[in-house]
Amino acid sequence: MSEVLVQMEGIHKSFAGVQALKDCRLELRAGEVHALVGENGAGKSTLMKVLTGVYQKDEGQVIYRGKEVDILSTRAAQELGISMIHQELNLAPDLTVAQNIFIGREPRKAWRLFLDEKAMNEQARALFQQINLDLDPRTLVSELTVAKQQMVEIVKAISYESKVLIMDEPTAALSDAEIEDLFRMIEDLRGKGVGIVYISHRMVELKRITDRITVMRDGSYIDTVPTEEVSIDQIIAMMVGRQIYHTSTPDPRQENNEIVLEVKGLNRGKQLKDISFQLKKGEILGVAGLVGAGRTEVARAIFGADPIDSGEIYIHGKKVSIAGPHEAVRQGIGYLSEDRKQYGCLLDMDVKANVAVASLRKFSKGFGWMNDTDIANVSDKVVDELKVKTPSIHQPIKFLSGGNQQKVIIGKWLTRDCDILIFDEPTRGIDVGAKGEIYKLLDTLAREGKSIIMISSELPEILRLSHRILVMCEGRITAELGNHEVTQETIMSYATKRVG
Amino acid sequence: MKETSVKKSMAFNSAFLQQFLAFGSLILLIVFFSLSSSNFFQFSNIIGILLSTAVIGVLALGSTFVIITGGIDLSVGTVMTLSAVMTGVFITVWGMPVPLGILGGIMTGALCGLLSGAAVARMKIPPFIATLAMMMIAKGLALIISGTKPIYFTNTPGFSDISLGSLIGKVIPGFTIPNAVLIFFLTAIIGSIILSKTIIGRMNFAIGSNEEATRLSGVNVNYWKIVIYTITGTFTGLAGVLMASRLNSAQPALGMGYELEAIAAVVIGGTSLSGGKGTIVGTVIGALIMSVLTNGLRIMSVPQEWQTVVVGFVIILAVYADILRRRKA
Repeated sequence: MSEVLVQMEGIHKSFAGVQALKDCRLELRAGEVHALVGENGAGKSTLMKVLTGVYQKDEGQVIYRGKEVDILSTRAAQELGISMIHQELNLAPDLTVAQNIFIGREPRKAWRLFLDEKAMNEQARALFQQINLDLDPRTLVSELTVAKQQMVEIVKAISYESKVLIMDEPTAALSDAEIEDLFRMIEDLRGKGVGIVYISHRMVELKRITDRITVMRDGSYIDTVPTEEVSIDQIIAMMVGRQIYHTSTPDPRQENNEIVLEVKGLNRGKQLKDISFQLKKGEILGVAGLVGAGRTEVARAIFGADPIDSGEIYIHGKKVSIAGPHEAVRQGIGYLSEDRKQYGCLLDMDVKANVAVASLRKFSKGFGWMNDTDIANVSDKVVDELKVKTPSIHQPIKFLSGGNQQKVIIGKWLTRDCDILIFDEPTRGIDVGAKGEIYKLLDTLAREGKSIIMISSELPEILRLSHRILVMCEGRITAELGNHEVTQETIMSYATKRVG
Repeated sequence: MKETSVKKSMAFNSAFLQQFLAFGSLILLIVFFSLSSSNFFQFSNIIGILLSTAVIGVLALGSTFVIITGGIDLSVGTVMTLSAVMTGVFITVWGMPVPLGILGGIMTGALCGLLSGAAVARMKIPPFIATLAMMMIAKGLALIISGTKPIYFTNTPGFSDISLGSLIGKVIPGFTIPNAVLIFFLTAIIGSIILSKTIIGRMNFAIGSNEEATRLSGVNVNYWKIVIYTITGTFTGLAGVLMASRLNSAQPALGMGYELEAIAAVVIGGTSLSGGKGTIVGTVIGALIMSVLTNGLRIMSVPQEWQTVVVGFVIILAVYADILRRRKA
């Protein structure tokens, strides 16, 4: 067996009296890809922040390559050879790739007075060669795809001679082809004896590339098992400690229903080409495709968030022109962004303010006077009906979990009487247990007659919920499929089908 | 039971605490100066403090709106001057009746706010730049229109009473609180109602909290921004009228620098320059802290230059206290 790189034992950590980690442990070997799984709030990030020196443990010991260490800062962790690739990348977009990799330790010349760009670019190139990455070190980071940016982060970690690499949801923003590249890189690193902690919710990936899995739940260590000895269902069962919700495959009952939204020949620059489709009452229309296929752009164009070059939109058979989100909303369209924190929630404001924000005119009487009693009543109803877990409607929404924030935003659109709802990645960043609740909610909304466009990168999610599926590739719709004729393979073949 | 737990949490919420801190500091200052000098806590001196707060106070009240959206209005100082000058022109040159002239002065401010708002919302010019430009435009116009000379209201009997007369004194003899102070507090009440009870206030906080999320909630953010800048302008116009009345003249060279004092008062009162947080009560207290400080130091014979230095440090202290408190929360 290979060398044990990291041994964490009996780690305790609490914040202001709240126990975040209870007797946690983790063992990572050289050349191992070790999955760390658990629902949101299970303590995965906290444990990794202890390892990378962001937090100090209250109790327990960390043994790194045979020696007990006290990691007091991220810098100390980096010097030991422990690096973390965060979900949110920490790169300066206006600097070049090489400048980012060597930030704070740039090679210099002429008595260290001047930067030595040439040496820096050469060193960067040498690093790229090590992992077979084809990239010009002089490229600006802002010109790279998210996938390439992530690889730059990994190269940066390698440049610190890291022996331990922690990856937090590395594939969340990647397309399938990019994921393959990443996995190849992980294999290379594994061959070099680097130990990798791989945090992810995507079970299929975990099965594929990890050697062992450590499961955490509610701040406690549950178990460490060899990956090949467990099934995905068993892992999920360990994570949640309960059964998760399954819907039956939706029936194509909406086939004869009224068309509520029709899009004809929508074009927008290079992003959208000749987009046409129909949405029926009570239907969930799944939109599948790889990252960058233009799915979010379709949503934003219909919603008036971005201008379009040409195309027509009909709502209930009537042609409308939508110059901005306020007009889309007036037509009964609500949009739920994939990035709730930035584009969905008023984070500092409370639940009732978030429920009311789209309908303030409805809640105001003469001279713009706000009817707070009405707002409170409606908010209570939303919390009640959508089963939002919150101590009260006066709770700032930033203290709610992702799933509950999503429910509040759904409540915002229902309050505004929107009957066309566009969900962009409805379960992104939402833990396994709450996903089931969101699925159930989408299904109920459709049964009640709402029409839903659901953009998702998770094919099982698309297959489970959609009545019809649109597949997009490079700004075009490449297929429209009924849900009975679809498998993941068909969708993938259309998602990679390049037209013209 | 639900209700009581909610009330409890309200008592500890941050806006409340910040106001309590600011209010506590104001009381401390008053106690300190009262002990330091027997001249401080005299009725006439208190009236003097309130009177000197009125103009800056009304400016600060207006600024609070724009600042809560995460914007800034650098033009309030010179727009105030332009409003004063226009009031003078309307009344003394055009011979308009006093109430109409006053209305014209206030509308001048509102129009400037509307234009700033349009530049920010429609043309997407950053607030700092748009209102910096408006500051210069208003300054120049005030000088051009007045011919760089003060406009006097000596032939308009009663004009100075708008600021310096005392309606309260007529009702309660001896209690001669000047009208300017009365107007300041009435304006504060109106401002507070707009901010907490009307759709404008809700939009104000929503935009300040997350402008893009608000836009994607179907709110016509551009429209509401223009409304909010117009409100700031309206308050600024009122400040101009008060200023003219108090000096019984429109002084075209005055006004620069007032915007910074107004912003200082807003910030001391706990409103965040990054938007989404703030109260009218805080601004009132902030404005009072500034004038109590200036007045108290003057009574203690601290030279004027040093007064400015002290106010500078107070701003640092106030904002740092706010940052410390937020870090804890």
